[in-house]
Amino acid sequence: MSATEAVFRVFRGGREGGEMREYRVPVSPGMVVLDAVHWIQAHGAPDLAVRWNCKAAKCGSCSAEVNGKPRLMCKSRLDSLPLDRPVVVRPMKTFPVIKDLVTDVSWNFEAAKRIPPFTPRPGVEWKYDQADADRVQEFRKCIECFLCQNVCHVLREHDKKGAFVGPAMLVRAAGYELHPLDGLTRTGFLREQGGIGLCNITKCCTEVCPESIRITDNAIIPLKERVVDDFYDPLRWLWRKVTGKG
Amino acid sequence: MSERFETHPSDVLVIGAGGAGLRAAIEASAKGARTALVCKSLLGKAHTVMAEGGIAAALAHVDAQDSWQTHFRDTMRGGGMLNHWRMAQLHAQEAPDRVRELEQWGAVFDRTRDGRILQRPFGGHTYRRLAHVGDRTGLEMIRTLQDKGVHQGIDVYMECTVTHLLRDGDRVVGAFGYWRESGRFVVFPAKAVVLATGGIGKAWSVTSNSWEYTADGHALAYRAGAELIDMEFVQFHPTGMVWPPGVRGILVTEAVRAEGGILRNSKGERFMWRYLPEEKRPDFSKDEAQAKEWLADHIAGRSPDFKKRPPELSTRDNVARAIYTENREGRGSPHGGVFLDVSYLPAEHVVKKLPSMYHQFKDLADVDITKEPMEVGPTCHYAMGGVRVDPDSGKSTVPGLFAAGEVSGGMHGANRLGGNSLSDLLVFGRRAGLGAAEAAGKAPAPKIDADATAAAERELLAFFANTGEDPYAIHHDLQEAMQALVGIFRTQEDLEKSVGKLEELRARASRARVTGSRLYNPGWHLAFDLRNMIDAAEMVARAALERQESRGAHSRLDFPKADPAFGKVNISIRRRDGGMEVVRTALPAMPEEMRKLFEEKK
Ligand code: SF4
Ligand code: SF4
Ligand code: FES
Repeated sequence: MSATEAVFRVFRGGREGGEMREYRVPVSPGMVVLDAVHWIQAHGAPDLAVRWNCKAAKCGSCSAEVNGKPRLMCKSRLDSLPLDRPVVVRPMKTFPVIKDLVTDVSWNFEAAKRIPPFTPRPGVEWKYDQADADRVQEFRKCIECFLCQNVCHVLREHDKKGAFVGPAMLVRAAGYELHPLDGLTRTGFLREQGGIGLCNITKCCTEVCPESIRITDNAIIPLKERVVDDFYDPLRWLWRKVTGKG
Repeated sequence: MSERFETHPSDVLVIGAGGAGLRAAIEASAKGARTALVCKSLLGKAHTVMAEGGIAAALAHVDAQDSWQTHFRDTMRGGGMLNHWRMAQLHAQEAPDRVRELEQWGAVFDRTRDGRILQRPFGGHTYRRLAHVGDRTGLEMIRTLQDKGVHQGIDVYMECTVTHLLRDGDRVVGAFGYWRESGRFVVFPAKAVVLATGGIGKAWSVTSNSWEYTADGHALAYRAGAELIDMEFVQFHPTGMVWPPGVRGILVTEAVRAEGGILRNSKGERFMWRYLPEEKRPDFSKDEAQAKEWLADHIAGRSPDFKKRPPELSTRDNVARAIYTENREGRGSPHGGVFLDVSYLPAEHVVKKLPSMYHQFKDLADVDITKEPMEVGPTCHYAMGGVRVDPDSGKSTVPGLFAAGEVSGGMHGANRLGGNSLSDLLVFGRRAGLGAAEAAGKAPAPKIDADATAAAERELLAFFANTGEDPYAIHHDLQEAMQALVGIFRTQEDLEKSVGKLEELRARASRARVTGSRLYNPGWHLAFDLRNMIDAAEMVARAALERQESRGAHSRLDFPKADPAFGKVNISIRRRDGGMEVVRTALPAMPEEMRKLFEEKK
């Protein structure tokens, strides 16, 4: 914990491959991995590519794999890592590398575009309880760090990006679908283009979410239930949307 | 034409995808303009997500007495009466509609007991006025606008940096920039351009601002010949984190104080009472008992007596000065701040209302705010000054160029009230989008000057041939200089020193050496960010020299009082014959019916 210097092994390279390069970094109290990356940039590696904005775990820009674990670099305290060996920092594996720690996450933006957006019921009165808000606000905490996408085996090992939108997008869809005043059903989309059936509830996504969104229990499973219900009883969604129940 | 470069024509080009840029793009595209939105980061990462407390709008959901007139008055008084009255008026009148519209686009605000949008108190606001979502209101706003914009068919160019505005004569006809991923240059011809680039805070070392806040729009507008005003007014948010070193400056939302946070010095004194300006005293609690009463009412969902507000809800300029002074006089906390305490409140209230603060301190500082106080101190946060705009349309003084949000000036005068930023982005983002779409309808097809694009290209590539210093070292020195010489308290001597220092830094920056390739190269990016920051820093320093008084966020130790003569002018800046021209311009006169609002009710 009181190490004065740490060794970092950082991926340097691009689409065509690359190598792990070592850097020695002075350690100060409370330091996070992103601080170390910035220190490296300012001391000899000015072209080291990294994304960040808030440095406070609020924007979801600085996702990477630290010692093999998908995390936000700005939230990865050095005093929580063993510093007697090098800290290994690599880009997220599921997305193509652009350069160094920056990956091409554009697929996520394309996937988001395909989700039918929030569509209020016509003529609705804009009133609902905090309890209803709470349920949706959990999903809307999502900072789009894509760590859950990175870790989901359907995308990571099986690369089914064409068939499955991934947990982050299911969280997003849940945010629309469970909005108390929403008037649309997305179960058809979720079953077909969304590929929700490909999720086999391993909960790996939930484990990495820096916002502690209970992705599987609170977003995916309720959506799966709706998909099944509507498939067997196609008018069910209408009842649900009109009454706001279920 | 410029076939040599990848080219994306549009009617309206919006630079910056924070709240103002997104709102402008949505409006322009809704009016049928072909709209392009360019941003340096990925979509949805803009600094707006760091805005935590809420959106100020006189919805009067929790305090029925509230009205746009009161909001207008609060805003003008908070701004030292230097605000453009028409902007403050439009803002107060239109903010409620903008909030309701956001709700209809899918934003999920915290609710009142009868199911409407809940509002919280904030510094300088007479009534509880801020629509909010816990302490992550900015994220909710960005996400909602992002969804709306994407589904409306705006062309978004992410991770693309604009480095130059292109002109045809006086008129702005587009922009030149490059893709960060490939380093390839790109030209955006446009009939109208909206700057929505945010602020300048990266020129200071203790700052709440992200890497994007490098004064791009301020500098682009300046070089295009536009007039900028109020640059001397830089807001230091009173509460940033001070420890550990890596998080120094990160914002601690004002919502902490609004939800009951108490400021104390190392002797345990609740010092804010001592710093309330005489004329504001009647608007605050007299003692602990009254402040307690106010808080109990607020937490219980009753309407509290606003004359019993806790002193911590004074305006930001005032609280920041107080904290600074406590430290200078030796009553600071161990790491150069003061204590901010919510640990005496019920833990559930804290976690429900301030979830992200709870996590921020737990994860980054090992502090459990439900059990112990935070350590906080001032951090560079917001530029009140910026491009002078026509209040109704966002038009700058240069044809074809518009501005909205933090890059524009006038709305907030000498000091911005918390919560008035998010509402500003919505109200004036929309208006600039409208203004630009309308102008684009009448504008000729943009003519791009091939010499100008070639010159821009040469300028950017020159860094690779330079042999000077690494840009990071120059940035570090810039930040130290601004922090030391152009901070919360200023003097003629320091300011003059800073101008000399900036001259030196400008020369060093022009020789900055960039290594590596053009692909995603942050060092290259910083090399020309420096130029923007130095230009803006000089504007701040020169305007601060010119304003020989203390008002709002501008405090001169050598001129500690407000001077009525300076209360009648803006300091305005423009580029003339290659140099920086600084002049005083008369404040726009407030019409009689608006002036009356200040007489009726003191
Ligand atoms: S629970 Fe589903 S979405 Fe989450 S990681 Fe497992 S398979 Fe992927
Ligand atoms: S759900 Fe969680 S892990 Fe997934 S993108 Fe959102 S914040 Fe990141
Ligand atoms: S920098 Fe914003 S989440 Fe890490």
